[in-house]
Formats: sequence, structure tokens, C-alpha cells
Amino acid sequence: MFAIATGVALGYAVELVNRSAVHELESGLATLAGDADLEVRGPSDGFDEALYAIIASDPSIAVASPVVEIDAAIAGHVHPLPLIGVDVFRAAAINPALIASAHERLDTLRSDTVFVSPAAARWLGVHSGDWIDARAGSRSVRLRVAGVAGVAGRAGSNQNLRYGVMDIAGVQQQFDRIGRLTRIDLRLRPGVDRDAVIARLRRELPPGVAIAPPSTAASASSRLSRAYRVNLDVLALVALFTGAMLVFATQALSLTRRRPQFALLRTLGLSRRRLAALVVGEAALLGIAGSVAGLAIGYAVASYALRHFGADLGAGYFRSDPSGVVVDVLPALMTAALGVVAAIVGGAIPAREAAGAAPAAALKAGDPDFGWGQWRAHWPGVLVITLGAVAALLPAIGGLPIAGYASIALLLVGTIMVVPPVAQAVMRALPAPRSVPAALALARLRANPGQIAVSAAAMISSVSLMVAMAIMVTSFRQSFDDWLAVMLPADLYLRAGAADSVVFSARQRDDIAGTPGVARAEFMRATALLLDPARPRVALLARDIDPRDPGARLAIVGTPLRPAPGAPPPVWISEALADAQALAPGSVVTLPLAGRNRRFTVAGIWRDYARQKGAIVVERSRYVELTGDDTVNQAALWLAPGARAADVVRALAARLPPGSAGLAVTAGHLRRRSLAVFDRTFAVTYALEAAAVAIGLVALSAALVAQTLARRREFGVLRHLGMTRGQISKMLAFDGALTGVLGIALGLVLGFAISLILVQVVNRQSFHWGMELHLPWAALGLLSSGLIAATALTGLASARGATREDAVRAVRADW
Amino acid sequence: MRADRDPPPAAAPPDALRRRLLALGLWPLAAPARAAVDYPDVRPGTTLAFPRDDGAHPRFRNEWWYVTGWLRDAAARDLGFQVTFFRNRPGVAEDNPSRFAARELLFAHAAIADPRFGRLRADQRAAREGFGLAVASAGRTDVHVGDWSLVQTVDAGTGERYAARVRGRDFAFDLSLAAHSPALLQGDAGVSRKGPDANDASYYYSRPQLEVFGTIDLGARATKVRGIAWLDHEWSSRYLAAGAIGWDWTGINLDDGAALMAFRIRDRGGGTLWAGATRRDAAGSVRTYAPQAVRFLPRRRWRSPRTGIEYPIAMRLDVGDIVTDLEPLMPDQELDARASVGTVYWEGAVRAAIGGRDAGRGYLELTGYGEPLRL
Repeated sequence: MFAIATGVALGYAVELVNRSAVHELESGLATLAGDADLEVRGPSDGFDEALYAIIASDPSIAVASPVVEIDAAIAGHVHPLPLIGVDVFRAAAINPALIASAHERLDTLRSDTVFVSPAAARWLGVHSGDWIDARAGSRSVRLRVAGVAGVAGRAGSNQNLRYGVMDIAGVQQQFDRIGRLTRIDLRLRPGVDRDAVIARLRRELPPGVAIAPPSTAASASSRLSRAYRVNLDVLALVALFTGAMLVFATQALSLTRRRPQFALLRTLGLSRRRLAALVVGEAALLGIAGSVAGLAIGYAVASYALRHFGADLGAGYFRSDPSGVVVDVLPALMTAALGVVAAIVGGAIPAREAAGAAPAAALKAGDPDFGWGQWRAHWPGVLVITLGAVAALLPAIGGLPIAGYASIALLLVGTIMVVPPVAQAVMRALPAPRSVPAALALARLRANPGQIAVSAAAMISSVSLMVAMAIMVTSFRQSFDDWLAVMLPADLYLRAGAADSVVFSARQRDDIAGTPGVARAEFMRATALLLDPARPRVALLARDIDPRDPGARLAIVGTPLRPAPGAPPPVWISEALADAQALAPGSVVTLPLAGRNRRFTVAGIWRDYARQKGAIVVERSRYVELTGDDTVNQAALWLAPGARAADVVRALAARLPPGSAGLAVTAGHLRRRSLAVFDRTFAVTYALEAAAVAIGLVALSAALVAQTLARRREFGVLRHLGMTRGQISKMLAFDGALTGVLGIALGLVLGFAISLILVQVVNRQSFHWGMELHLPWAALGLLSSGLIAATALTGLASARGATREDAVRAVRADW
Repeated sequence: MRADRDPPPAAAPPDALRRRLLALGLWPLAAPARAAVDYPDVRPGTTLAFPRDDGAHPRFRNEWWYVTGWLRDAAARDLGFQVTFFRNRPGVAEDNPSRFAARELLFAHAAIADPRFGRLRADQRAAREGFGLAVASAGRTDVHVGDWSLVQTVDAGTGERYAARVRGRDFAFDLSLAAHSPALLQGDAGVSRKGPDANDASYYYSRPQLEVFGTIDLGARATKVRGIAWLDHEWSSRYLAAGAIGWDWTGINLDDGAALMAFRIRDRGGGTLWAGATRRDAAGSVRTYAPQAVRFLPRRRWRSPRTGIEYPIAMRLDVGDIVTDLEPLMPDQELDARASVGTVYWEGAVRAAIGGRDAGRGYLELTGYGEPLRL
């Protein structure tokens, strides 16, 4: 019951967290999108507002609501506050969440007032009448909090969302966005054909601007975190699977103990079928009790996790207040049903065995040949493993590595299926040891490969999963670390603000480059382009980069190429984008820059762990030439010999607007911080993995104990034949260790195979990032020896229990 | 819309206008301008010049073109209609170079009174001026808010006309209003005093006896209508009246070609704080009445089943020695603007009888009969 409860609890907790996460994301987007039928969207720095007049006067459009969105850096806060500039007269018709309840309603039209959502007010700790210092563009702005926005939102609108609402002219003026819009929300006249409107208006749109239903944006965003959520789901299923294994093991244990009782029941006239039904029913009851307990525990875990880590469990996908748990009946029932099924399946095999045993033999004490003789054939296991290997080669299904997960499951099951023949072969191949207890243990294992399967199956599954995760995480962490080393070549990094909307002007840029102690300065301008309305915006990074040696600044995968003379100029794209758009070095891409389509040659693919939506690097000089935008967001600074970082930061502070110099960090600090974020992101993975391993270990000991109990008669005989208790203990320890070694060896091999699939298939297909394989040798060695010791100790411990009994009584139990 | 004449005691902040506008559901007009914005004053002695003063006066704080009238369809059924375009300079964002800056706001309001429907069909529009989507042109009457518009044309062949076009939720109309008489200048040659301070005043003229023809669509199909209407055009930067809670106003096109405008502003006790009236006969001679010569005497009240507010929907109006009985086209002409500003008022088509005989048609407006208007 403990096993099922744990499995169900984990499964349900993950399910709840995921559901809440999706709900959070979707309701957040829906809240901000309001009741728009269509949305016009473009790059992150917007498009020409002249488009608004064209679209608003279209006869099919009932209401067109212009919007300017900007992420404003707020003094004293790490995260930016999304500011939404609206025309209150138009937004009112489409989006009540953006309408403020103003004490003085003219404040909704002023250029220096902001209305904050309730969550933002809590987050910033502000009330009406307070002032906040916001930074965007290259200057700092004081905004008066004039009231609360969004309280008049519809039922179901997201109250956890942090945002501020301003007059559209205010945002344009205060944040250097005069003449720009980032979005137009559209409501169609009744009876108008939406697709026809899309087709007609699309012709009016400049390059890089798209018209689509708002749900497109929502699904594009939820797709981003979907792979992460599926990953957690699979880990929860693994926990449930190992839970089923544990039920199986404990049922086997308890049935072994109760074999004589069952035999008695049989002789008293209970049919086999009814006996089996009795045992299965018992397992089902255990399953139901465990599932109910599991649901309760899962709910508690999920609410704790949501309260303390947020719906993305610290992975950083959403930015809002921690949300509440979203409970639905159906998923709860389904998770519970899975738990019950796992319990029934786990109980059914031992039940069949118990019912099938000959009553006469079983009436005697434990029967050593505990019914595992059936699994002798090689071919089903080999077939399953082969299927697993084939599945690993299949592409992603709907953007999810379904085949990859299936491959892992098949390999796991297949390996467990081939344990008896493999064990038999291995034991046969072993030379007979000289020590009598060891020889006895080996002889028994040779004779009963089925028993090894019982003990080893739980072990193999938990060891292989543990090993696979360890290899995967090590590979990822090491690759991430290597990547950071390439991506952070400078000594000091400086950001203009907490959001990409905050920039350094050309003058500030010169000030930075001319700061005493700065030997070399490279700059970056980060914006985002809408390449496909069905996908989120892709980051465009204009960097000072040497096109002859992009590898000096980017983690280039494979060989970069140089565009031939006359070919379009180079860009370097991230793996995520290369995967999404099927691009390779040499491909030509069209990028909408400053409202015009420009052609570029893909000159290389680079690894990017930071931007899952995809990123494009372009030479900054070319970007300035094409867009006229010579502001920058970030500076990478190389210090002059002998210069100290702290002195340089002080000198920068004297030259730059307040706040921005505080965002200067050393490369080492940035690296440590990035790794800390990495570890936090994987904390949940670690926790689920640890749970799976713990369940596996419990299953293993339960199986060992079951076998030891079943062999009491054997021990009695051995004692009669003159073996000492010590020798029997030794024999059992050797037995346990041998089983352990075999299980661990198979687990290691399988784990390595699974890690390959995780690294090459699951991660690649889920997150579109590649990584180098790194084996944590020390950790694996420690893990293996620890496990061998643990199995040996379990063997010893159970032996002590078994041999403490009087030898005569033990034997008499049989006769 | 309606206004004025002559001073109530005590100078005060421009609250009366705010209340009026609140009552009309037009909050931005009603909020006080905090910024020191340079609004022009209304100066006595100024001569209105047409068509220049038919157009918008964007430097003034407030301006409106207010059309009310009676329509009759082919089956001789009577309907009331009202459409108003408001322009407001709220005094914010004046230094903001953005094209969206809310330097000027435009609103429109329209309603149809149909006895077969039993209550008003009403809708409204609001927008900031700009992008060609909301425009109040100077030089002649030409106001657009989205696809609602009021446009004046002067043509040697057809004469002077206004075209009013409205597309509401459950009604629409396209009306042509032909003017056969010159503007009726209210107050002192179009300068209408609002208080003891000479600067508290508005420019105000009316175009009574407009001949209407056009189409109206109440959901089924567009039907041809004819009728008679009244247009007010008024602009100002300072209005007043301390302690006022609402007002009664009426504008009547008399069957003999005369026109009568009267209003009173009520105080908290229900008494008259201020009043005024103007009458022009068919020959064009105009008489202006002092406050004490104007009396509104409620004859019958109606309680709204929706809001519980009681309105004096039938009035006896005394202007000098003229006694006019005002009888509504239908009782329920209450306009609920709570969704936008939290106030409700009554604005409806009325028949006018003099000496017991049907004498004309017009509109009556009753505001501030619900909860005290919020400041």
C-alpha cells in the first residue's frame, strides 16, 4: 500500500502541478487577450502605427484596439513589469482585464500614470498615489500609481498575473515608442468570415507582422513548456511503475508466507479461480486504499510545491504570483485507477502462482520453486528489446518524444524479460568457488534463474533509471558548463536593465567603452522577431562578432561556413531554430528587419541553452545598417591588465544612469548563477528520480526477504547437514551480492542505453538542444558498490532472521 | 444641447457641466482638468460667424452638437430620435508627441424612442481624436466617431443640410436634416452667460425646424421616415452652478413654425437655481426670457421599474405668459448609463399643447432625479 500510495501521490502531484501550470499560462494569455477574435502581432519592438488606421477602418472590423506592450525594469526588482499601453475607449470593448478602476478617471488618459494589477500591486508593494521608477528605452521614468487594473475582469480571468496598464500615448512617449505598436486586438462584426478577413488583411501587413486568432499565441506558448511537463509526467509514471513492482514483490512476500493457508483453503474446497480472485481482490483493495491515500498526499505535495515554487516548479517558464491548485475530478479518478490497476497487475502474477500450486506440496512450508519457471525463452525479451531500439530511431510525434519514451519502456521491460536466461548463462559461466557457502549460493542461483529475475527486476529498473538520469544530468550539466565557458569569454557583463526593452544609448555605449580599466568592449542588442504566428517570437541578437571566427563567441555545432561572395550576409542560428525550421548551414533565411524582408545565409548552427524559443545572431554593424537602431542592451567587457572588476564597476556607476551599473556581474558570478538556476530547474527531476530509486530499493529488499522466508526449510536441512549459522549467513550474503552484481551490471548497461536515448532522442526532441555525453564515473562506481553492499547486507539481515529459528522446527515444518 | 441665460448667485467651480456630463454618461468631460491648460474664455460681444462657427473649436474645453427630433414612417407611426456628438479637451497629455495622445476626445450618443418597443434603443461611441477614425473638423460641422457622423453641407441647389448617420447595436439611421431658417443665437447674440462671472459662459446657437427625411432600421429592414428636428451647437471652457443636482431642459418645434427653448437648473431641495428661455416666431423675431419668467411644473410622474427612479415626465411649462403642456411620446424613455458612469436619466420625445390644443413636438431632458450625482 505504501508503494501504491507513493506512486499515486507522485503521479497525482505532478498531474496537478502540470494542470495548474497550463491553466495559469492559458488563463494568463486569455486574460490579456480578452475577447479578441483576431490579433495582429509583430516583432518585440513593434510595427508602424499607420497599420492601425488601415485595419481599424476596415468594414469587417467592429473594434480595433491598439496596444503597446513593453517590459519595464522596475527599480529594486529583478524581474521586469510588463506594461500594457491601451486606448481605454477601445480596449474596454475587447478586454475588461485592461480596464482600470480609477479614482479619478481622467488618470486613464494621462501619460505619467499607471494602473497595476492586484498581483503587481502586491509584488511591488504599492498603493494608489505611490510612485514607481520604471526604466525602459535609455531613460528612467517616474509613474504615479493611479489605481488598480483588472479587478473588473471577467470570471475566470487570471488574478495572479503581474502587469501594469497605461495610456497608449503614455507608453509611446515615456518609453521611446512613438509611432510604434506591438499588437492590435480585433473584434469582428457579427457574421463576418474570419478566414476571409485574415486573408484580406494579411496583404496589408508589413513583413514580420502576422494576423491570427489569439489562441495561436496561447498554444505557441504552452507548446514551449509542454515538453517539460510531459517529462515530469513520464517521471511520475516511472514512479507508479516502480510502485507496481513493489506491490508485486510484497504480494509475493506475503503470499509466500501464506501459502499453507491457501493450500488449506484449497483442500477445504475453494476453487483455484476463487482463490486467485481472493488474492487479486486483496491486491485491488490495497490498491484502492493506497490510491486514496496517494491522492491526498499528492494534493498536499502539489499545493506545497505550487505555493513555494510556482506552477513551473522553478523552471522559469511563467512569471506570476504562485497560483492555486486546479482540481478536476477526471484526472484524479484516472490517476487513482492507474494505481489500482498497478496493484492488481502486481498482485495477479503471484495470485495465479498461489492458486496454481499443488495444495499438497504447498501445505508444507515454503516451496523453493516459487513459480518463475515459465520465463525461460529468450526470444520474447529479445524481440521487445529490438522493438525498443527501433523506437529510439523514430522522429518526434507532435513535437513530443513519444517514441523515445516508448523505446525506454520497451528496453526496460525487454531487459527484465531476458534476465532469467542471461542469469542462467552468467551463473553457468562462473567458475565454482572453493568456499562451500559461495558454491552453494552459486548452485542455487544456477538452478533457479527465475528467482534471480524476481530480485533483479526491481533492481534493474531502479538502477537503470538512476544511472540513466545521472548520466543525462551530468552530461547536461557538463555541456552547460562548457557552453557557459564559450558564451562568456569576457571578464565583466553589463545589462542596461532587467528587460530587453531597456537599452543604452549610443552615448552611453561610448561611455562604457571608454571607462578606465576597460580594455575591450563588445555590445549586443536583443530584440525578438515573429517569424511564424504559430510559434513564439524568436530572439534576434545583434552582436559584435567576427564572421571569420564565430566559434570564438558562440558554441558552434559542427563546422561553420563563410557565405560565398555575393551570397546574402551571414547569420548564426540556434539548434532550436534549426530544428523548428529545418535549416542547415548554407540555407538562406528571410528575416523581417525594420519592416522589410532581408535575406541572410545560415553560416552556422550554435548551441543555445538559454532561449528555447530559438535565437538568431547577426553582426551588430549590419543590424545597425539595416535598422538604424544603434542602441544596445548588453555589454561584454574585457578588463585591462591589472584592472580590478570592482573598480571598473564603480567607474561605470559614475558614468551610467542609476541602477544600470548595478547590473554588472563578473563572468564567474554569471556562471555560478546560471549553474544554480540549472540545478534548481532539475531539482524536481532529482526528487522524482530519488522516489523511483527508493521504491525500487524497497522492492528489492522485499523480494530478498520473501525468498529467504521461502527457504527456511532449506536452511533447516543445511543446518542438519552441519552448516553453521555463520556459513548460512555467508551463503545468503554471497547470494545477495551475486544477485546484486548481476542486477547492477544489467542495470548499468541498460541505464547507459537509456541515457543515450534521453540525451540523443528525448532531450533533443523535447527541447531541441544537443549535449555531449559525459559519464559520471565516480558517482556510478560509488553507486554500484553501495548497491552491492546494500544487497549483501539485506541478504545477511534476512539470513539472521531466517537462521535464528531452531533448525529442527524449521525442518519439521515440512514433515 | 441646452443651456442658459443669466446668473445664479455664487461663483463656483465648473461643477454644473461636470454633473451634466456625468448624467450623460460622458465621464472624461466631467472630470476636472488638473493641469494648467490654457483654455480660452467666452467673451461677451464676440460675434459668431458662419460657417466658421459651425465647425469645431478645439481650444475650448467642451463642445457639442445635439440633435433631437420626431420621425414618422409610411404607416404614420411616430418615433423620437436623438444623436449627440461631444468634443472635449481634457487638458492631459498636451505635450505628448504621440498621435494617440488624448488631447481631444470625441463621444457620440444616440437613442430611438419607439412606443411599440416601449423603451429606448440606445448606444454610444467614444474615441480619442486621430488617425482619421475620430474627427471634429473646423470650418463647418463635420464630426465622425467611427462610422457615426454628423456632416453639414451647403449647396446652391439643395440649400443647407446636415447628414446624421448612426449604427447602433439594435438600430441604425441615416437622416438628412434640411435647414430653412438661419441659426437661432441663444443668450446675447450667441454668448450665453452661465453665472455672475462674465467668463462663466458658453457660445450657443440652435437650428430649430430642421426638415428631416431619411431611413431608419430597427432590426427588420430600413424604412423611409420624415420628420422635424432641432440642433444645438454649444462650446465653452467654463460652466457653473454650485449646489445643482440636475436640470430640466426642453426644445420644441411648434407647428406654426415657431421655436421654444427653456431650461432650469435644480438645487438639492428641488428648487430652481437658474432658468432661461428663448422663443422665436415663424417670422424670425426672437424673445429672450429672464430666469424668473420660466417655470417647470410637474403634472405627472413615472417610476422606472428598473431603477425605481421617479421622473416628472409630464410638465406644465410657463415661459412668460405662454403656458405649454409637455406630454411624453411614451413613459419609459429612461437612458441607463450606469455601465459607463453610474448614472441614469430621462431624455424623451414630448408633444407640446398650448391652450389644450396640440401645438408642437420636441424633446424633454430630466437629469439628477436618481441618486445625487457623484462628483
